[in-house]
Amino acid sequence: MSGLFNFLRGHREPTSRDVAKQRLQLVLVHDRANISPGLLETLKDEIIAVISKHLEIDRPGVQITFTQNRSESRLVADIPLLDGRRRKASS
Amino acid sequence: MAGQVITVTSGKGGVGKTTVTANIGVALAALGKRVVCLDADIGLRNLDVVMGLENRIVYDIVDLVEGRCKMRQALIKDKRLSELYLLPAAQTRDKSAVKPADLVRVCDQLRLDHDFVLIDSAAGIEEGFRTAMTPADLVLIVTNPEVSAVRDADRVIGLVEAAEKDPAKLIVNRLKPEMVNRGDMLDTADVLEILAVDLIGIVPEDESVLISTNRGRPVAMDDKSLAGQAFRNIAHRLLGEDVPFQTFRGQVSIVERFLRLMRSDGRQT
Repeated sequence: MSGLFNFLRGHREPTSRDVAKQRLQLVLVHDRANISPGLLETLKDEIIAVISKHLEIDRPGVQITFTQNRSESRLVADIPLLDGRRRKASS
Repeated sequence: MAGQVITVTSGKGGVGKTTVTANIGVALAALGKRVVCLDADIGLRNLDVVMGLENRIVYDIVDLVEGRCKMRQALIKDKRLSELYLLPAAQTRDKSAVKPADLVRVCDQLRLDHDFVLIDSAAGIEEGFRTAMTPADLVLIVTNPEVSAVRDADRVIGLVEAAEKDPAKLIVNRLKPEMVNRGDMLDTADVLEILAVDLIGIVPEDESVLISTNRGRPVAMDDKSLAGQAFRNIAHRLLGEDVPFQTFRGQVSIVERFLRLMRSDGRQT
């Protein structure tokens, strides 16, 4: 019945089943790729360092994430570049 | 035609591998198949007590591998069914007493006069598991709808793939429909989505499993048991029959259905 009260109050608390599923999905991403969250951060720093040698990038906007489907895990790096005008202004 | 070797494994211990092995064996034998249940959990022998054959063991698989007995001496015939046999594990030795090549040789011999060899694997992903997996034509992974068991199942699925076996098939054991309905247990669909693997059985939590194990009479022999029916269905699926999965939905009120609908909407991103 607590679900009903939550509903009436406008809350949508995730059930323990939902939480279990989400936690498993997250932990398995790391298990399967054998990559810890810490390693992900290290990768991010090193990728930024390498690319910065050649291009000006928006450092706070860099995102390194995993995507997954049935058959593969994929490391996705989203690296926003600073556009030409901003680059000129900053140099 | 040579028999099929099926290894039952799980990663995590205590999810019901031995119960699953014994009951699929019983169910296949009840369908007239010639079946050997092989206990590969050397040092932690248990398939014998679950099948109710513990008092008849004279030789075990280590005796066989080390040449102290012949195959027909090591095999224990289950008198309740026409063609069901147990090849027991050794209780006083360790896992290294049977090497992968030994198990392959034993299975190749058993294939000649049996339709199925069901191997009850040791838990874990170490030597005992690897040995049990070596002769397998098919690997069945047993899991429970809980985070630790599903995580370990995922690891084992990866190891089966890495060994270039056919994709493993999943048995979700000890599902509690009332808890799923309340939103307090992972449903089979959740587990399948997470593990991305084919399902071959859903076995509901059922007190009759423990009661029948107490008596040494596998629950698949009990026509009235829900779990027994689930095991019989798995046997039919192993024979290539298309058996619909049972639904174990308990009573769900309209309010509950509505709430669940709202909750699932709230999760969409």
